Amino acid sequence: MTLMPTQPEIPNASDRQFAVAERECAVISNDAVNAEYRMLVLSAPPVFTAAQPGQFFHLLCPRGGGEAPFFRRPMSVYRVDPDKGEVAFLYKVTGAGTESMAALRPGDGFNILGPLGIGFDLPDGIRHVLLLARGVGLATLAPLAQVVAARPDVRATAIFSARKPEFLMSVDYMAAHGVDVVGVTDSEGTSAVDRVESLMRDLLAGGNGVPPVDAIYTCGSNRLMRLAQKLAAERGIFGQVAMEQQMACGLGMCFCCVRDFNVGGDIVHRRVCCEGPVFDLQEAVSW
Amino acid sequence: MVDLSTTIGSLSLANPVMPASGTFSDELAQVIDLDRIGACVIKTITREFRAGNPTPRVAETGGGMLNSIGIPSKGLGDFLDRIVPVYRRIQAPLIASVSANTTADFAALCRDVSVDGVEAIEVNISCPNLEADGHAFAMRPDLTEEVITEIRKATTLPIWAKLTPNTGDIAGVARAAEAGGADAVVVANTILGMSIDLTTFRPSLGSGMGGFSGPAVKPILLRMAYQCSRAVSIPVIGCGGISTASDALEYIVAGCSAIQVGTATFVHPTAMITVLEGLEAFCRERGLARLMDIRGAVGAVGETAGDLPAQPVPAEAV
Ligand SMILES: Cc1cc2nc3c(=O)[nH]c(=O)nc-3n(C[C@H](O)[C@H](O)[C@H](O)COP(=O)(O)OP(=O)(O)OC[C@H]3O[C@@H](n4cnc5c(N)ncnc54)[C@H](O)[C@@H]3O)c2cc1C
Ligand SMILES: Cc1cc2nc3c(=O)[nH]c(=O)nc-3n(C[C@H](O)[C@H](O)[C@H](O)COP(=O)(O)O)c2cc1C
Ligand code: FES
Repeated sequence: MTLMPTQPEIPNASDRQFAVAERECAVISNDAVNAEYRMLVLSAPPVFTAAQPGQFFHLLCPRGGGEAPFFRRPMSVYRVDPDKGEVAFLYKVTGAGTESMAALRPGDGFNILGPLGIGFDLPDGIRHVLLLARGVGLATLAPLAQVVAARPDVRATAIFSARKPEFLMSVDYMAAHGVDVVGVTDSEGTSAVDRVESLMRDLLAGGNGVPPVDAIYTCGSNRLMRLAQKLAAERGIFGQVAMEQQMACGLGMCFCCVRDFNVGGDIVHRRVCCEGPVFDLQEAVSW
Repeated sequence: MVDLSTTIGSLSLANPVMPASGTFSDELAQVIDLDRIGACVIKTITREFRAGNPTPRVAETGGGMLNSIGIPSKGLGDFLDRIVPVYRRIQAPLIASVSANTTADFAALCRDVSVDGVEAIEVNISCPNLEADGHAFAMRPDLTEEVITEIRKATTLPIWAKLTPNTGDIAGVARAAEAGGADAVVVANTILGMSIDLTTFRPSLGSGMGGFSGPAVKPILLRMAYQCSRAVSIPVIGCGGISTASDALEYIVAGCSAIQVGTATFVHPTAMITVLEGLEAFCRERGLARLMDIRGAVGAVGETAGDLPAQPVPAEAV
C-alpha cells in the first residue's frame, strides 16, 4: 500500500450508515450551456441522489494548470436522478476552482462530498409558489420544479432575471415540470426592480382562477431578496432564501461561513453550510 | 493485531489520532465513525459569549490556508449543558479546549470545565488572534509557567498546554509548561501570517492577519515538535500539516505520543480515518507489534536509527 495517497482511500463506510459521503464519481458529461455556464453530470451512488432541493455538494476541484485550489467549492445540486444514478451541477466559471472543473472530461474522476446543508421546505397548504432568481441563483431553485411537479395541488411561477436572454437557462426544463417562467433581462430593459415588483404584485393578487402566490423562494440577488422580503412581509406569507458564503469545511466545523441574521431584532451569526444554505426569508440580512 | 494505543500522562487512548481544536465538531459524525478516533478535542471555548472575527475568515494559500475565525464561543453554559452531554455518547474521550485573557480567568475556567465527562483540558495559551498584535501567553516561558502553575492548582484533570509557533524559544516554553505542571504539550498552533488581495489591495482576511495551517506548515511544526520532545519528559502531541499516515509517522518518530489532524479534515473529512488505517498498515508492513515502539526513534545526525527494520519486511513474514 502507499502511505501517501493523493486521494485517500475512503473508509468502508456504507451509504446507509452515513448521511454524508466523500466519493470519487465518474464524469458523464461536462458541456457548455452558453458562453458563461456549464453543466456537469456525474455518475452517483444513492447517498448522493438522495440530495434534496437547496442542498449542496462540496467539490474537490482538480489540479488545473497551476496548483490545485486548496479548498473544496460549494455547488447547489441542480438535478438528481436516482433511477439513472446521476447528479448534475449548473455552474458559472468565475475563478481557479470553476476553471479547473470546466476542464473535466467524460470518464474523469471527481471527488465530491455531500449532500450538505438544509434544503427548501414546502409547507402543506401552499397553493402557488413563486421562484425568484437571478443569474446562477436559478441553479439553486431549479430542483424545486421536481418537487412542485410531484404535488399537483401546488402551482408554480418563476421570475428569472439575467443580463441577457441567452443566460436565461432551464426555461424548458422548468416548463416541462409545469412551471410558468417569466424571463426578465438587463439587455431588454425588463429586469429593473420596480418592473419585477409590479409582476410580483400581480402574482400576489391572483385572479382569473389562479390562486395568489403564497410562498416565495429566492436566490442569487440581494436586490430581489429585499423586494421579496418587502412583499412577503406585506402579505404575511412564507418565504425562504438560499444564501452563499465562502466555505472551508462545508460541515459546520470551522465557522468561516457565518452571516448575520435578524432573529426577533437581534443580529446573530449563523453558519451558511449547516444552518442553511436555505434560511427564513425575513431573517436574512442584505449582504 | 497491531497495538496502536498510547498514553498521555494518566490518560490511555486506543490510538494516537485526534482532531486539532477548531477543525472538528460532532457534525463530523455524519461522515465518519467518531468511536474510531483516539480522542475528541473540541473547539476552544471562552467563559463568555464571543462573536468571533469579521469575514472573510479564511483564505487559501499554496498548500494551506489562513484563518482568522477568532474564537466564536457560546460560552461556558453551552459547553456544560449541550456539548458535554453530546460527547457522552461517543466512546473517544472528550478533551475540552479553553482560552482566557488573564491567568486568573484561565484558572477559573479550567476549574469550571472540570466536570464528569471531560477527560483532559487542552489550554489554548497560544491563539494568535485573541490579543493585540498576536501576543499570547505561550510566546514567553515566564508567562507560560505562571499561567500553567495557576491552572494546575485549579483542576485535577490532565492539562495539555497548546503551544504557539510564534515564539523564538519553543523548547524553553515547553520546559516552562512542564515546570508549571502540564501533563502534555501540544505542538503547535497556527503560524501568524497574512495575504493580500491584489484587486482591492486589502488583506485577504477580514481581520488583517491570521493563522497559517495545512500541509505547507509541516516542516516547521515538525521541527518544533522534535525540539520539544528533546526538551521535556512529558508527552508531546504533534500537530501541524498532518494529512496522511506518513505525516503522522514523522511526528511519532520525532518523539510525539499522539498527533492531531486539523486543516486536512476540511479537504477530506475522512482524513483522520485515513491516517489511522495508514498507521495500522505501516505497522503490519514493518512487523511492528506496537506503534509507540517507534516513538522518538529518529536518529541524531550521524547516528543510525537503532535496530528497527529499515525496509519493509516481506508480507509472508507478517
Ligand atoms: C451553497 C452554495 C451553492 C452554490 N451553488 C452554485 C451553483 O449551483 N452554481 C454556481 O455556479 N455557483 C454556485 N455557488 C458559488 C460557487 O461556490 C462559487 O462560484 C465558486 O466557489 C467559485 O470558485 P472559484 O475558484 O471559481 O472562484 P474564486 O473567486 O477563485 O474563489 C476564491 C474563494 O472564494 C470562494 N467563493 C467565490 N465566490 C463564491 C460564492 N459566490 N459563494 C461562495 N464562495 C465563493 C471560493 O469557494 C474560494 O474559496 C454556490 C455557493 C454556495 C455557498
Ligand atoms: C479554522 C481553524 C480554526 C482553529 N481554531 C482553533 C482553536 O479554536 N483553538 C486552537 O487551539 N487551535 C485552533 N486552530 C489551530 C489548529 O488546532 C492546529 O493547531 C493548526 O491548524 C495546525 O494544524 P493543521 O496544519 O493540521 O491544521 C484552528 C485552525 C484552523 C484552521
Ligand atoms: S464552512 Fe466550515 S462551518 Fe461552514
